[in-house]
Amino acid sequence: MATMIRVDVQQQDFDLAAEYAQVRDKADNPGAVAIFSGLVRELHDDVATGQSLTLEHYPGMTEKALESIAERAADRWPLSVCRIIHRVGTLLPGEQIVLVVTVSAHRDAAFDAARFIMDYLKTSAPFWKKQVTGEQDYWVQSRASDHDAVARWQKQP
Amino acid sequence: MFKIHYFASVREKLGSSEESLDASENIKTVADLTAVLAARGGSWALLEEDGEVLVAVDQAVAGRDHELNGHEEIAFFPPMTGG
Repeated sequence: MATMIRVDVQQQDFDLAAEYAQVRDKADNPGAVAIFSGLVRELHDDVATGQSLTLEHYPGMTEKALESIAERAADRWPLSVCRIIHRVGTLLPGEQIVLVVTVSAHRDAAFDAARFIMDYLKTSAPFWKKQVTGEQDYWVQSRASDHDAVARWQKQP
Repeated sequence: MFKIHYFASVREKLGSSEESLDASENIKTVADLTAVLAARGGSWALLEEDGEVLVAVDQAVAGRDHELNGHEEIAFFPPMTGG
């Protein structure tokens, strides 16, 4: 099955309803649409104003990495659509940061593919988050649990 | 000629985001190129910390033993933290 893959790296926000409408319109006989949206969290004990997250990326490689992740998901599950949007620049708590939409005939493929894409995106797409706190800014560290999540997919046939 | 990019915390520690470096016969692998840069001293040594600093060759993550022909785009950056 040919999968329609679309990837965007952008500063501007995205519209969930519009993305959903588009896949319903374009996908051939969609039975299941999984939508994952990631948001910028607030730091728990630091509600000071001026908190934000700055996302840096590697223009050129980022798009290639996201397309490659989408292609791997499409090789593994029968998807009709695979859509990824990742925002860059400065984002405030509560803002949307990432969107993954996967469309398949049945829910298992849509759910699993969306999770696979997010797990790989976290460890192999060249994005870096800097937390701006108003006091000491710092680069967010990569987490071992994110690498464990990818390892789980590699173990499965 | 190598085109070299530095991103995120690596960029900040080095105080450099990109540069061009002449190819030489001594640079046959990523590790060779990294050694030339690390020899500048100071923060540049951090580029040799495998695992702490990742390398991409022509926009794909590569190992330290990846062979180079002198015309690649190279990037050094910390582990990724998107999503």
